[in-house]
Amino acid sequence: MNGKIVNQKAWFFVIPVLLLVSFNAIVPLMTVINYSVQETFGDNVFFWSGLTWFQEILRSERFHAALTRQAIFTGAILAIEVPLGVAIALAMPRKGIWVSVCLVLMALPLLIPWNVVGAMWNIFALPNIGLLGKGLNALGFDYNYTRQVGDAWFTLILMDVWHWTSLVVLLAYAGLVSIPDAYYQAARIDGASRWAVFRHIQLPKMRRVLTIAILLRFMDSFNIYTEPVVLTGGGPGNATTLLSIDLVKIALGQFDLGPAAAMSLIYFLIILALSWIFYAVMTRNEEQ
Amino acid sequence: MSDPVLFSPGWWTEPLGTWMAWTRATIAFFLFIAAAIASMGVWEYFRPGGDPRIGILGLETTRGDRLFISLLGSAWIYLAWLWAFGAPIWWPTAIAIVWAAFVFRTV
Repeated sequence: MNGKIVNQKAWFFVIPVLLLVSFNAIVPLMTVINYSVQETFGDNVFFWSGLTWFQEILRSERFHAALTRQAIFTGAILAIEVPLGVAIALAMPRKGIWVSVCLVLMALPLLIPWNVVGAMWNIFALPNIGLLGKGLNALGFDYNYTRQVGDAWFTLILMDVWHWTSLVVLLAYAGLVSIPDAYYQAARIDGASRWAVFRHIQLPKMRRVLTIAILLRFMDSFNIYTEPVVLTGGGPGNATTLLSIDLVKIALGQFDLGPAAAMSLIYFLIILALSWIFYAVMTRNEEQ
Repeated sequence: MSDPVLFSPGWWTEPLGTWMAWTRATIAFFLFIAAAIASMGVWEYFRPGGDPRIGILGLETTRGDRLFISLLGSAWIYLAWLWAFGAPIWWPTAIAIVWAAFVFRTV
């Protein structure tokens, strides 16, 4: 076959990973699919319900509302984190001692466990004792994220930007440092403006890493659970109940395994489809 | 509960024990997916190389990519149908087959 050496023994080395993945991903996913067409009243007793749950979830206003909130959240954080991350990466030094300092500072938020981030911001933003909350109120803003919808959203988005912009920065920076100096010299000789350098040298060279950054941030923010649940618990009311929070409420709060399974499959298909479309568009541009 | 008649709707949908909550209908579903993936392997064995080409989407796709696009698209066809019209799902099944044929020929 094409003169290549085919060594089928390599497959044996894949078996452990395959076993691990089947137990932590494939078996649970299959179980969820089995649950999604049945009804249970606990005690592991199941009754067939066909595709009723899918129909119910697809038509439920509660699901539409959670999906809308999720789309707004993901759209907002992508619109902020990607340009901000690129801007910070452009401003970071390329040589000298400050490189390490900047990189370590940037990596710090990424090292903090998600529930700790939620707890930190919960206390930081409290209007009576938190630095942010008390500070804003002292400046004359009527700020209370536990009661006002706008404030809750503001805090939620600010928390996510604080936590995750670094990821975009680090990836964009990795793309930037890989550009050889010759490109910049050529641009200088041609008298290219700062914008032209960015548009025709830096941005194309960052395309791959930015694709990964946007995909990661899209998937993570669409799946986000821990931070908002610790910060706002989905409140005030249902104002910050994102898809995953709603899913957990249905699955573990109400113990409606059937509808929760159907909802998680729809959720999964949304993420899969959007990620694929995004990936297809980005790789297509690359090929052209 | 008496045993349902072989291949009757009740036979397909009766619960088969508690672990993973299997039914014969969902077993059939997974067997279909597994058979689709396995058929790609058989196809690859007889015609190696994956038949890469650039289709109407302007993307380079192999047979495996086309299977993935067919299955993902079919899932969305079913969801859209359930949202708009509900069960039964014979029509979306027909649309999904046409869709898969379209993807394998042109994408």
